[in-house]
This record gives sequence, structure tokens and C-alpha cells, in this order.
Amino acid sequence: MAEQTEKINVTIDGKTIAVDPGTTILNAARIIGGDVVPPAMCYYSSLKGSGGKCRTCLVEVSKGSEKDPRPMPKLVASCSTPVMDGMEVKNKTSERVNDARHGVVEFLLINHPLDCPICDQAGECHLQDLAFEHGLEKTRYEFKRRTFDKIDIGEYIKLHMTRCILCYRCVYTADQLTNQREHGVMKRGDAAEISTYIQNALDNDFIGNVIDVCPVGALTDKTFRFRSRVWYTKPMDAHRDCKKCSGKAVAWMIGDEIARITARKDQFGEVKEFICNECRFDKKEKTDWVIEGPRHIDRHSVISANKYEDPIPEHTPLLNKA
Amino acid sequence: MARKLLLENAHIEGIHTYDVYRKNGGYRSVEKALKTMSPEDVVEEVKKSGLRGRGGAGFPTGMKWSFIAKPEGVPRHLLCNADESEPGTFKDRYLMEKIPHLLIEGMILSSFALGANQSYIYIRGEYMYVLRILEKAIAEAYANGWLGKNILGSGFDLDLSVTPGAGAYICGEETALIESLEGKRGNPRMKPPFPAVKGLWQRPTVVNNVETIAAVVPIVNEGGDAYAQIGIGRSTGTKLISASGNINKPGVYEIEMNISVEEFIYSDTYCGGIKNGKKLKACVPGGSSVPILPHYLVCKTAAGQDRLMTYESLADGGFATGSMLGSGGFIVYDEDQCIVRNTWNFTRFYHHESCGQCSPCREGTGWMEKVLHRLEYGHGKMEDIDLLWDIQRKIEGNTICPLGDAAAWPVAAAIRHFREEFEWHVKEPKACMERNYGLVAEKTFEPATA
Ligand SMILES: Cc1cc2nc3c(=O)[nH]c(=O)nc-3n(C[C@H](O)[C@H](O)[C@H](O)COP(=O)(O)O)c2cc1C
Ligand code: SF4
Ligand code: SF4
Ligand code: FES
Repeated sequence: MAEQTEKINVTIDGKTIAVDPGTTILNAARIIGGDVVPPAMCYYSSLKGSGGKCRTCLVEVSKGSEKDPRPMPKLVASCSTPVMDGMEVKNKTSERVNDARHGVVEFLLINHPLDCPICDQAGECHLQDLAFEHGLEKTRYEFKRRTFDKIDIGEYIKLHMTRCILCYRCVYTADQLTNQREHGVMKRGDAAEISTYIQNALDNDFIGNVIDVCPVGALTDKTFRFRSRVWYTKPMDAHRDCKKCSGKAVAWMIGDEIARITARKDQFGEVKEFICNECRFDKKEKTDWVIEGPRHIDRHSVISANKYEDPIPEHTPLLNKA
Repeated sequence: MARKLLLENAHIEGIHTYDVYRKNGGYRSVEKALKTMSPEDVVEEVKKSGLRGRGGAGFPTGMKWSFIAKPEGVPRHLLCNADESEPGTFKDRYLMEKIPHLLIEGMILSSFALGANQSYIYIRGEYMYVLRILEKAIAEAYANGWLGKNILGSGFDLDLSVTPGAGAYICGEETALIESLEGKRGNPRMKPPFPAVKGLWQRPTVVNNVETIAAVVPIVNEGGDAYAQIGIGRSTGTKLISASGNINKPGVYEIEMNISVEEFIYSDTYCGGIKNGKKLKACVPGGSSVPILPHYLVCKTAAGQDRLMTYESLADGGFATGSMLGSGGFIVYDEDQCIVRNTWNFTRFYHHESCGQCSPCREGTGWMEKVLHRLEYGHGKMEDIDLLWDIQRKIEGNTICPLGDAAAWPVAAAIRHFREEFEWHVKEPKACMERNYGLVAEKTFEPATA
């Protein structure tokens, strides 16, 4: 066995890196960066127990380890499979992975309403990005799509279950960030739905974070709904003195007005410092905040395409064609 | 006459009561084990017996037991999987209903072997009346000193209770069962960690099927070697088969794993042949999840050998021309049955039972059901057949738990062996509503291709 402090080597799509034992394939890939990083729709590093569900991050392990070089027979979820010393992984370079991922994207989309034109999340939606990179142009699904009624969960949050991909991130957020467990999944299979205990209001200081962890437009900010397309707003790093949270946020501005406050997301779309409801929902005046300057958005995403920089060069011709 | 190890006494009047069970030799094995054997000895006998898990996967039980982690000071648990929800499988119910004390006796032995002092029987909620039978039997076992503290003065303590599920097939998957037992939503867990390391309440846990646990009783009584004498190859001992479908004598049969499939279907000792003198069309030999076999592959393998009621023989030819013994849910179809309808029906079940955690199973099962429904009701298209193939292919192997595979395999096998019948449904939309396709033509297989 390797010592805890000893690094182990893993090779992903031909790129080798030394990481701590226990690191998952996905996190090792994130350290390498670039297009060896598998897409992840359910894993969220700060949420315990997350991952394994969406199956977008499936990769092929072509060599198990130095000790046991046999390949793994099945594709594995990179977000929940730890690396072994000498492991070799194929992500983009595996036909099997590309094929399975196409399948997963298709599965995620067959019951999705595809209502991006009227969805607040459009432009910063991970499903949009995923479909853009890995999806098919046409659907093979010819049946009625599943729908749910929209529900208000509390004063500030709208649940639009029809768009949900059941990643469980909001469930873990509610479980781990707030002290009341009243948000979970009811029913099963494709009838499963996110729900709150008898539609209880989710009134809790940190519950607003479910909006940020939601990869799609299933949980949206009622104080911002339909105010603007996100790409017309300017993200600015901002902070304030807050007793409840770090007070570090992003203020999305329209002209001189703050249209929306969110937590800061990293390049993988994950919030590292969650913010409280007061910062998110109640502090909408410019005077509430110290504006630091424009926020650098470097995620591969529709919102940053053609706008901030050229994040996915190989796709730019596609964008221009469209 | 074939030997019965589990159901030998099942017909005796009052055998479900403690007194009658005891008079007929019940709990002998517990006396033997607790007085003359160490836990390791019991594990050793089970290893020698070659007993394989009767819940579906057929994993060697002795080996599974030896994997259980034994960290100092951490309790271990044995869980009996009595969730029995696989369509076509009803053997565990029969055993628990007729001779509940056999399961309790097996639970004592197995718990002793594993060093578990608190064991549970997790039973499907629909078997509520069986739960009552078990509870009564457990109370009798406590009253007579077979459960509780210091059993037979051996120093071994065991508490045993029964917990009902709430009606979900997925709670038969061992980690979903554990979640459910912990009072949570029955979503399967990601593995690793395996239950043998972190199971119930994060403690080392073994989950075994009802029949597996019951089989430990004859193994301890007669010795692992004697048990291993029965059967062929790595299929040792007896197996309970739930026989259903178009046969003359549906029911639960205990077979020695050496008889042929032909004997099982046609002999009067077992199924008694196809009902109403019809011809055999197909057979699902191990519960709804395993591949369906067309008539010409049921009694013979592709290589032309007699197919036997064993793990190996039923799997001969892989998925191309074989199937699996699975849980022993043996479903027989006569020439009048519609394979498309049957596949739709199975798929409807998996769609309904998916826990919904992972995208391929949650979305794919429903999609397959809709396409199959369309085909069955005469609105299908030729492309639907390839579409189904593609959907099942993208579910299989890409999910958290094996329910995804269980949903994919029946669809794949039906298309593999009965493609013409699917095509006929498209070409003859009217006729397929009025009559059935009948038998499929025999195919010949190149001996070398898998
Ligand atoms: C969806 C699903 C349902 C299952 N249902 C059952 C069941 O009802 N009874 C059972 O014994 N095993 C069932 N299994 C298998 C169990 O996970 C487990 O392998 C088994 O209980 C182990 O016992 P054994 O080794 O004695 O066979 C199921 C597995 C899956 C994936
Ligand atoms: S509502 Fe959003 S965060 Fe919650 S499970 Fe659905 S997609 Fe995930
Ligand atoms: S394969 Fe199906 S039943 Fe199993 S965890 Fe995934 S969604 Fe749930
Ligand atoms: S991110 Fe790994 S399965 Fe969803």
C-alpha cells in the first residue's frame, strides 16, 4: 500500500498526473484540466454523498492499476471511482465512452421540456452545455413528455419539476447546509419528484443555495424570474460584511441596478462558499455591496460563448453557423 | 426419487408450529453447531458444500461469508432477503409459509457463523400474512430458548426480527434493502464500499436470500461434503424452482441440480408437460430478468447437448444462445403466447420499479415500455426494433445497480431470438391484434460463434 503522503500516478487520455491516494478520476482530470475533464451533472465536490447518479461522467478504465492491469469490464462513474497507482483512463479518446455519453444525454433530454427560450437558467444551464457538446441534433423520442405543476417552495424559490434531472444536489444541500430536513425525493422511477414536506416553505437561512447547485432551471430565484436573460446582465464580483456567511457573491447588474445575487462558482460550475438568504434575496441595492470589478467567467458555457472570451474554440464555427 | 433437503417435511400437518417442527428433527443443526462446532467450522462446511446464493446472482455463499470485515468492537449483521419480487419467483414465500422454522433455524446457524447478534428478515410488504406466520414462529423460538441470550448455554446471543418493505422491487437489491431497513428511501448505494465492509448502519453486513439461509440447515446436519455430492459441477445441492406459465402443474419444486430441463418440463414429477397438449414456444428459466430462450434452445444447448437445470448449463452459450438460472423463476410459454406482449409486460414492470436515481434506467425503462406498447398495439415502425435495441444497449452496464441490466436483458433477448415476431407486428398491425404469431422457426448456429 502506498503511504498516505505518497502520490500515485494516473493517466487520463494520455496525460499523466500524480495525485493523492483516494482522489477520484474526475478530480484527477480536473487537476489536469482541459478536455480530459468528463462532464458532471450530479457530482458536487462540497456536497457529501453527491455523484454517481447522472452517469454523464462515465469513463473507460483501460488499465486498472500497476498491480492489477486488467481493464475494468464496465464503464465507471469517474466522480465516484478512486484512482489507483498506474491506472489508465480513457475519456474523450474512448468510443465506448462517447457512445454511452450520447446515450445519457439523450436520456436526460427525452423528458426535458426544451423550453430554453423561456427558462431563466438558459445561458448558464449545464444541461444546455452538455447537450451542446455531446447531444444529437434530433430527438428520437416521440411520446408525450412528463410534466409537473410548478410549485412555490417558500417565498423566494420556484420549483419547476418538469425541468429537473434528479441530480439530488438540492437534496444534499438542504440536508447538509440547513438544519431542517424537509426537502427530498418522493415517488420513484420517472415519476420521482423533488418535494418539500407537504410543500412546506423552505425558510431557512441557507436554502437559497439550492438555486445555485441546480444544474438546470428547475429551481429558480423568484426575485429574478423573467427579469432578464442572463447574458444581458453583467456579472460583477461583490462583497459585503455579513454575519451569517462570507458575504462574497456575484452581483449580476443591468446598468446600475443589481438584478440578481448569486454565490461565486468555480470553473466547474461549483459554489465553494455558500451564501445566506439575506445576501441573496434582500440585498439588491448597489449601496449594500462593495463592487470589486467584472467577474471572469471561464466555464465552457453558452453564456460565455462569443462574449467574454473564446472558451471552446472547436465549437466556435458551429456557433457561427447556427 | 429425488432427495429433498428443504421441503422434505413441508407437507406434514402443523409443521409450521414449533412442536411439530421440533418432533420432526427441527433445530437439530443448532444443537450440533452450538455444542460441537466453532463459527469457523460452520463457514468451512458451507464452503465445502459449494452452496451458491439462491437470490439470483449465484455467488458462493461460503466465500461471501469469509469476506465479512471483522473490525474490533463493531457489531456485524446478517440480513435475510425475503423481498422476493422478481416476476415468476415465489419459492421463498412457499418456504416461509410452510416451514417458517426452517428459515429461523438457518438464521441462527448463519448468524452464529458470522458472529452476528442482531439479525433481520426483510420481507416484502405484500407478504404481510407471511410476516405474521414468521412472527409467530420467532416468538415460539424465543419461548423455547433458540433465540435470545445465551442460546443452549453456548454464550451465543441472537435477536431476530422481521421488517416489512413498503412494496418496492428495488428493495430486494441488497444495498437498497439496507437503506430501507435503516428507515430511508430504498435507493441502492454506490459500491464500493460493499456491505461486507460497510452495510447496515455502516457495520459489516451479509445479505442472503431465504433459500440460501435455509440450505445451511441440511449442510450443518449432514456435512458440506454430503451436500456437495448432490448436483453437477459447481451447481451443488438442491434448488427450489417456481414453475409457472402454460404447464400442467405450476408450483414450487425442489430439484436436485442434475436433472434435464426436458425432464423438468415434461415429467409428471414436475411441470407435467405443456397445458392442453400445446407446443413449447419459449422459456424464461430464472425469473423475468434473465434472457428468454426460444423452444429450440430450451431443452438443448446450441451445441446440441441436453440442457440441464444447473447454473452452468442454463448459461451455456452466453447470452447469444443461453440464459441464467437466476432466482429459479421458471416461466413456460406455449405456442399461443405473444413474445412482444410478454416483453412489454416485463418492461412495464421494470419501468414501474426503477428507483429513478440514475438517468439511463429512470428514462430508458419508460421509453422502452412506450415503444413496446406501440409495437404490441399495432402502431409500431420497423425502426422501433432497432431503437429498442439501442436503448437497452445504452442502459446495460451503465447504471448504479443491476436493475438497469435486468430491464435491458429481456428486451435484448426477445429481439435476438424473436425478431421476426416483432417485424410481423409492424407488417401486420391488424393481425397482431387478432391472433398471435405462433412458433418461431428454428435457427441453426455456427458451432464456433458465441
Ligand atoms: C433489483 C434487484 C432486486 C433483487 N431482489 C432480490 C430479492 O427479492 N430476493 C433476493 O434474495 N435477492 C434479490 N436480489 C439480489 C440481492 O441483491 C442479493 O444479491 C442477494 O440477496 C444475495 O443473496 P444470496 O447470495 O443468498 O443470493 C435483487 C437484486 C436486484 C438488483
Ligand atoms: S431540482 Fe435541480 S438540483 Fe434539485 S434534483 Fe432537480 S435538477 Fe437537481
Ligand atoms: S439502475 Fe435503476 S433501480 Fe438501480 S439505482 Fe439506477 S435508477 Fe435506481
Ligand atoms: S457526475 Fe458522476 S455520475 Fe453524475
